Amino acid sequence: MTTPTPLARAATSAPLEPEPQTPSPLAPRGGRLPRYVPYAVGAASLVFAYLLLLVVASPGIPSVVASAAALYAVAITIVSRVVEGHRWAVDRLATTLVTFAFAVALIPLVSLLWTVGSKGAALFSAEFLTTDMVGVFGDMTSGGVAHAIVGTLAVTATAALISVPIGLLTAIYLVEYGRGRVAKGITFLVDVMTGIPSIVAGLFAFALFTLIMGPAYRSGFMGAVALAVLMTPVVIRSVEEMLRLVPNELREAAYALGVPKWLTIVKVVLRTAVAGIVTGIMLAVARVIGETAPLLITVGILTRSSWNVLEGRMATLPVFAYNQYQQGGVGVDRAWAAALTLILIVMILNLAARMISRVFAPKGAAH
Amino acid sequence: MSKRIDVDHLNVFYGDFLAVEDVSMTIEAKSVTALIGPSGCGKSTFLRTLNRMHEVIPGARVEGSVVVDGQNLYASEVDPVEVRRQVGMVFQRPNPFPTMSIAENVLAGVKLNNSRISKSDAEELVEGSLRGANLWNEVKDRLDRPGSSLSGGQQQRLCIARAIAVKPQVVLMDEPCSALDPISTLAIEDLIAELKNDYTIVIVTHNMQQAARVSDRTAFFNIAGTGKPGRLIEMDDTATMFSSPSEKATEDYISGRFG
Repeated sequence: MTTPTPLARAATSAPLEPEPQTPSPLAPRGGRLPRYVPYAVGAASLVFAYLLLLVVASPGIPSVVASAAALYAVAITIVSRVVEGHRWAVDRLATTLVTFAFAVALIPLVSLLWTVGSKGAALFSAEFLTTDMVGVFGDMTSGGVAHAIVGTLAVTATAALISVPIGLLTAIYLVEYGRGRVAKGITFLVDVMTGIPSIVAGLFAFALFTLIMGPAYRSGFMGAVALAVLMTPVVIRSVEEMLRLVPNELREAAYALGVPKWLTIVKVVLRTAVAGIVTGIMLAVARVIGETAPLLITVGILTRSSWNVLEGRMATLPVFAYNQYQQGGVGVDRAWAAALTLILIVMILNLAARMISRVFAPKGAAH
Repeated sequence: MSKRIDVDHLNVFYGDFLAVEDVSMTIEAKSVTALIGPSGCGKSTFLRTLNRMHEVIPGARVEGSVVVDGQNLYASEVDPVEVRRQVGMVFQRPNPFPTMSIAENVLAGVKLNNSRISKSDAEELVEGSLRGANLWNEVKDRLDRPGSSLSGGQQQRLCIARAIAVKPQVVLMDEPCSALDPISTLAIEDLIAELKNDYTIVIVTHNMQQAARVSDRTAFFNIAGTGKPGRLIEMDDTATMFSSPSEKATEDYISGRFG
């Protein structure tokens, strides 16, 4: 595995290695570290960090892991520098830093899932998913989110129904037809829309429907309009990216067969990009399904199920969670369980989107 | 099924830039015409004007006329989509539709146009076109496999089958062999020789030997310098062009003393 050469300053520190062989210009330095070395250095770093913290302070898991990580990064680089040489040492350091950055990025995600999972499990059950809040008072632990699931699905589906056609057609215009100032203007406005705070979208829908329907009007449709304002730019952006990924050669191939432009777009461009489009739409749905503020002022809350999005208040999971958390007591547990339900719904939707994408994805040579 | 093409004083512009200047030529029916010349001399651009594919590029426009079968392609009442059904095209890189099987790729011209076709007619068209492209024997057992599962040379023949399935009168080929190995190139060249019996073929190539092998007539394009328009220098029978061209520039280019 290694061929230590006279140049290897640390050749003597590797007694397990075979005797020096003829030096090759392809392996000028002292060979590679054995596979176990990073693990050994890691374990040593952990022990050393623990002992060090025992002396200067009281060791806790986070502080030990953090200081061990710093120790490891320094130690592996030095060991590698001595045995393997400068270039490998830099490689080890970069690998270590990238891996740690990944681990740090995972911490909040895992922690969030763990917190929601463990706290939500207290009340989460089949009964919780299938009952509503009719006749639940005070400290009663019964009741559930069936009505909020209904509301969330209805409002989000309505929002998607509004924003997906608009977003899809806008993206098609931008990629296939848009030229010059109009396209640039639309792109700019879409970028601005992406930054709209959700409460502004809620107030916009509220103001719009107050003007048209009067001040007492509340409905799922009103909430869906607010969500659509947030969702449309996300749909436009992601679909636009996907359509631009479709090679121009496929469009030209269709044109050269005498296929009109609109049929080329429908049957070649959209068909080729459909997997990415579905994923993009699902990301947009995931973006708005947990919105609380706009739904709070437009849809309100209700204790029973209602499928009627055109008239009257509805319950939605985020608003339900917010509402229950405010009440305190057993409501806090319900809020966590509702949050868990919401995460599960998003997960199921994502899995469904992946399956749809797989069915429609272009078949490669491997199949 | 084949028609002769008369090009008369054709200028091609990209915006204000004159890319090809004042080309007049006659392309005989049921023959292979090769367009040769250095890169950037406008031969691909010129080829694309023969089925109005250059219009895909924003700002591209044409002055002059291209007359196929007595009809000027640039007359105001002509629909470019109809033009492309009459004048098919094969591109430099094989571009089968990745979402379609081999059979669906051949039928693409029919299916994408929402035309109805009976199952037996479809099977007949697939077999006929694939036989026409010398690909039938290689793929007849796997017609429902994706077109991208074929090798590069097979994909290019699939694209030729797709082009002739719409029964055009003219087939334009834009460096159809430049992405292929010598054996696939030979297969395509043999195919071109056969297609000549039914179609008018115009081929752009950088390979002088290929032009000499496959074409009946050869047109040499050249460019005076960067930023200048490409021009048709000379057009003659291929044998004449490669033995005793009348222009010095042609001789220099063909014999490799270019520039």
